[in-house]
Amino acid sequence: MGVILKAENISKQYRLGLVGTGTIVHDLNRFWHRIRGKEDPYLKIGAVNDRSAKANSEYVWALKDINFEVQEGEVLGIIGKNGAGKSTLLKLLSRVTSPTTGVIKTKGRIASLLEVGTGFHPELTGRENIYLNGAILGMTKAEIASKIDEIVSFSGCEMYIDTPTKRYSSGMTVRLAFAVAAHLEPDILVIDEVLAVGDAEFQKKAIGKMQEISQGGGRTVLFVSHNMASVKQLCTRGIVLEHGEVVFTGDINKCVEFYLKKEDKFSEGKKQVFWNEKEAPGTDDFILRSVKTKNAKGEILGSFINNQTIHIYVEAQARVQLRNMRLNFSLFNSEEVIVFTSSSHMFEKVEKEPGLYNYEIVIPAHLLNQGTYKISLQAGMPGVKQILYSLKALSFDVEKITDSGTTYSTVLPGVVAPEISWNIKDQLNA
Amino acid sequence: MKDDKWLYEISSKQSLINLNFKEIWNYRDLLFLFVKRNIVTVYKQTVIGPLWFFIQPLFTSVIFTLVFNNIAAIDTGIIPAFLFNLAGITAWNYFKVCLVSTSSTFRTNAGIFGKVYFPRFIVPLSNVISNLLKFGIQCVILIGFYIYYAVYMGKPIAPDGYVWLFPVYIILIAVLGLGIGMILSTFTTKYRDMSILISFGVQLLMYISAVPFPMAALKEKVPEYSWVIEYNPIAYLMEGFRRSVFGTDMLYFSWNSFFVIIAICIVTFLIGLAMFNRTEKTFIDTV
Repeated sequence: MGVILKAENISKQYRLGLVGTGTIVHDLNRFWHRIRGKEDPYLKIGAVNDRSAKANSEYVWALKDINFEVQEGEVLGIIGKNGAGKSTLLKLLSRVTSPTTGVIKTKGRIASLLEVGTGFHPELTGRENIYLNGAILGMTKAEIASKIDEIVSFSGCEMYIDTPTKRYSSGMTVRLAFAVAAHLEPDILVIDEVLAVGDAEFQKKAIGKMQEISQGGGRTVLFVSHNMASVKQLCTRGIVLEHGEVVFTGDINKCVEFYLKKEDKFSEGKKQVFWNEKEAPGTDDFILRSVKTKNAKGEILGSFINNQTIHIYVEAQARVQLRNMRLNFSLFNSEEVIVFTSSSHMFEKVEKEPGLYNYEIVIPAHLLNQGTYKISLQAGMPGVKQILYSLKALSFDVEKITDSGTTYSTVLPGVVAPEISWNIKDQLNA
Repeated sequence: MKDDKWLYEISSKQSLINLNFKEIWNYRDLLFLFVKRNIVTVYKQTVIGPLWFFIQPLFTSVIFTLVFNNIAAIDTGIIPAFLFNLAGITAWNYFKVCLVSTSSTFRTNAGIFGKVYFPRFIVPLSNVISNLLKFGIQCVILIGFYIYYAVYMGKPIAPDGYVWLFPVYIILIAVLGLGIGMILSTFTTKYRDMSILISFGVQLLMYISAVPFPMAALKEKVPEYSWVIEYNPIAYLMEGFRRSVFGTDMLYFSWNSFFVIIAICIVTFLIGLAMFNRTEKTFIDTV
C-alpha cells in the first residue's frame, strides 16, 4: 500500500464566451509576456466557478487548488453538484487536457470508463471495432484477443459481431462499447456512473460489473456518481467538490452526509414551516400555508421513535373552486430514494370550495428505518395542470429504541424496517 | 513502490520536443489498427473500390498534359509529357495528403481526443503510413506506363545511378508534409480561418512547386520569377523525385541542394513536433 495518485494544487482555467478576434489579442499578449519571461497575465484573474452567478470576468476557474491523494487499492468517491468540476477533474486525470497550474503524479496507468464507444468506426464490424476501441483504450492486440470471447458474450451481440456497427441499434453499440471498456485492466480506473446506459437488463449488468471491478481485486478506483446509495456502497473515502473547490474530504459516510446537508439546508432543524399568502408555494388556484410533523399526542416534533405513528399536517388554501384537485405526498430517505408515495384523491371530494383545508397524513409505526426522511409534496389536477412540483418541505428523523430503552448502535440496512415476524419450529423431536 | 518514483506526471509544463518513442512503441497495435482502418474504410460501399486510386492520378495527368503541354507547350524533353505529369502528380498527391490530413488532426479527431489519452502523434503517423500504401499503388501505374513508354514506344528513358534516391525522396516528402502539417495543426484548432486557407493554399502551392513543369522550364520562360521555385523546398523534392525516376540531366539535381533540403525537412519536422506537442495538451479546450 502507498500513495498511487497525488494531485497537487491543480487548477483549470477556462475562457468564457466565444473564440474570436479577442482571443488573438490575448494570445499575442500572453506570448509577449512569455518571451520576456513574465508570468501569464490572465492567470491572476478569473471568477469562481458558480454557474448561476453573473460572469464578471472573461475567465473562470473550473477547478481551483485541488489537492488529494489516493491510496493503492482504495475506492474514492467524487461527489458534487452539476458543474462542480467533476468532469473537468476526470478530464485532467485521463490526460485529455492538462491543468493550468499544478501537477498530478501517478504511479499507475489511468484508464477511464467515460470514453465508452470512443473511436467506433461505423464501417467496421463489431469485432474489428472491439480491437480498435480496445487499442485506443490502451490494450494490446494480444490482450484483446485473449478476452474477445468474454467481451462478445458480455455485450450480448453475438449474432451481429461480424456486421458493420452502422447497422447496429444505438443500444447495441453502447452495449458493445461498454463491454470493451469494462474489460480494461488498468492500475487506476476512473468510472463515471452516468455511463450506465442501455435497457434495464443491461444497466443492471453494467452496475454489477462496476461493483465487481471496484470491490474485487483491490483495484484503485475513482468513482463519480450522483447516486448516493451506490457511492456509499462502493466507496471507502470521498471528496466533495463545490464550485471547483474541494469542500470536504474524508470517510465516505461523512462525505455523503455533508453533501446532502448542503443540498437541503432550507429544512434543516425545522419542525414546521409556515408561509404567508404572498410567498406561499403554489399558484393562484391553490397554495400551501403550513407543514408540520406531530406525534400521536399532538406534540410538534422533528424526531420520532420508530414505534410511534408520525402525523404530518399540511394546511392548504384553495383560492378558487377546484375540481379533481389532489395533493400527493412522497417520502424520500437521505439517499434520495423514494420510500413511498401516497395521494389524497381517495380521501376527498371531487369538488373543492375556496377556503382552508387541513390534511393529516399518518405514517404507521414500525415502518421506517432509522435515519432522516424528507417530506415532498406535489399538487395538481391530473391532465389539467401541475400546481406544485416536488416541494421538499420538511425533514424529520427516526430513531429506534429497543425494549430496554437504549437506541441501537447499528442501523440495519434497508429503506424501511417494518416489523417482520418469524415462525420457527424445530423438528428435533419429531 | 517508492514515494518519489512516479510513472508519469500530468502538468502544464512541457519540454520542447517530447516524442516518447517508448510510449509510441507501446501503442504500436493502435498504430497498426488505425492504418488498417484508414485503408479499409475509404472505399467501403463503393462499386469500383480501390480502382479510384488509379483514376484520380490518371485523369489529372491527362488534363495536365492537355493544358500544360499541348496548349501551354511546356517542354518535358525526352520524357513523354503524360509520364512526366503522372510522376509529378503521384509525388505531389502523397505530399498533399500528408500535409492536409496532418493539419486537421486535432479537429477531425476532437471527439476521440476529447475522451481518451493516447500519444496523439499516432494519428498523423498512421495517416502517413496508410497513404504510403495508396502511393505505392499509384507507383504501380506509374511503373506500368513507364514500361509501356520505354519498351513499346521505344522512348530513351531509363533510371540511372540516382535511382536509389527514390526511397529517400519518398521519406523526405512524408517528413516535410508531416512537419508543415503539424505546424499548421496548431493554428487550425483555434482559428478555423486556417483550414479554409489551407484547402485552397495547397492547391495554389502545387503550381509553384514545379509539379506540372520542370524547374528548368520556369527559369527559362520567366527568369524574373525563378525565385518562386528556387527558394521552394517542395519544388526541389518534386524535381528530385522525378530525377531519380527518369535518369535525365534535363531535370535539376545537385548534392548541395539535396543536403540542404534534407536539413530543411528535418528542422521543419522538429519545429512541427514541438508545436504539435504544445497544442495536444490543451487543444480540447479551444477546438
